[in-house]
Amino acid sequence: MAYIEIEGVSKVYQADTPDPIIACDRVDLDIERDSIVTIVGPSGCGKSTLLHMIGGFITPSSGEIRFGGEQIVEPGPDRGVVFQHFALFPWMTVRGNVEYGLAEKRMPKAQRREVSQHYIDMVKLTGFEDSYPNRLSGGMQQRVALARMLACDPDTLLMDEPFGALDAQTRMIMQEELREICRASKKTVLFVTHDVREAVFLGERVVVMTARPGRIKAVLDIDLADDAPRLAVDEKADEIWDILRDEVIKAVVPGASYSERAAG
Amino acid sequence: MTAVRFYIPLFLIVAFWQMAAMVGMVDVELLPSPLAIGNGLAHLATAGDLMLHVGVSVYRQMAGLILAAIIGVSLGIGMAHVAWVRDVFEPIVRLTYPLPKSALIPLLILWFGIGHNSKIFAVFLGCLLPVVVSSFNGTRGVNTQLVWSARSLGTRGIRLLWKIYFQAALPEILSGLRIALALSYTLLVSSEFLIARAGLGFLIQSLGEAGDYPGMFAGILIVALIGFTADRLYVKWMNWMLRWQEQA
Repeated sequence: MAYIEIEGVSKVYQADTPDPIIACDRVDLDIERDSIVTIVGPSGCGKSTLLHMIGGFITPSSGEIRFGGEQIVEPGPDRGVVFQHFALFPWMTVRGNVEYGLAEKRMPKAQRREVSQHYIDMVKLTGFEDSYPNRLSGGMQQRVALARMLACDPDTLLMDEPFGALDAQTRMIMQEELREICRASKKTVLFVTHDVREAVFLGERVVVMTARPGRIKAVLDIDLADDAPRLAVDEKADEIWDILRDEVIKAVVPGASYSERAAG
Repeated sequence: MTAVRFYIPLFLIVAFWQMAAMVGMVDVELLPSPLAIGNGLAHLATAGDLMLHVGVSVYRQMAGLILAAIIGVSLGIGMAHVAWVRDVFEPIVRLTYPLPKSALIPLLILWFGIGHNSKIFAVFLGCLLPVVVSSFNGTRGVNTQLVWSARSLGTRGIRLLWKIYFQAALPEILSGLRIALALSYTLLVSSEFLIARAGLGFLIQSLGEAGDYPGMFAGILIVALIGFTADRLYVKWMNWMLRWQEQA
């Protein structure tokens, strides 16, 4: 039995209107414990919706998601989340944000301080403990979000295009840091992105989704060594891009597919 | 320097007013000159019971305002998130919003007597709705993902209202409270006008009745100065509370 089991899950928005939006269409997916799964797909394909359903923030219109054998009914600290736009608490300092989940667990103050400092150091924000998020750059805010999630030590990490707002350099550094963290501490990771190279670099398995209505188009195992050169990542990424390209075009030009256009 | 520049128009008006009084353009019996008002102010300050009136008024105002803040914020957040609270209070808020609260003062005096309570209640009523409305709108506008974040970090149920909704809506709540602060003087002074034994409204009213117009104007000036100082202090406090909003 897989750790996270997604069975025939659909999500329809505006179901009772003339034009309902089918965000996810009968998605089946098993995620094994301690594996890193990345999901790629064109924008609007429902990949974030899928992640939000696993998080327990929204409920599927049909189908079932089980986490450790039990149906997901609400969010919980067992599933840490990093949102696309960080969702930091702007009225709290960096330390306040990182300690928030620990305080909610009623961890004593001294211990809280120690744990938060560990993660703040890990994401290289030492010296910014007392800064408010608004005063930090996008990349720094992103790292606060990461530290806030990791501090609670959830065994599953759900990440929704967390590096989407970062510049290319910061992004590469963050990808490497995240991969290190995931390998060092056994975590089940579900990482949503629209960047194919990022999906290949981070994932042990890559799930490719179709344009809306979002279905699973392919699941690929990535067997690259940790020290594989970026070139090998690029090759694998090209392979996935071939699968994905049509879907991206469909998402951009509704009704058209790349092959049809090429043939015409 | 900018602070001085800011008040130049005010200085000019006062200077013009003084000159108009001196050359006889206005009847100083009806509109005392700024200098005469200054004299009246000096008289009031040395008469001894000015501080009593100020103390009484500030007490009534603060009591009403704090009551309105506590109840208004709770009601606003409750209405935004609890269906039955909204069902019960929304029609009441809609109906009473355009009502001038000062129209209720005679009734309040009938109910609560001529002492502190009728004035406190008048201030409370006048300040309540801006706080309710700003809290209601503020908490409804809270980014869903902030709430999701808190839930995934272990915050549940009613705690979300305080830990997330209230904090995130604080900028709007505090500006609603600033409007309430400004309104509180209207309610305070008008309630003290009608029947009172002390307070600045009472002072202005009784000086006016005694024909001491410079004194009456001085009383009005004191209310304005208190209101102005309170607003400045409030803004300083608000900016400190919201210091996290500052951008880099």
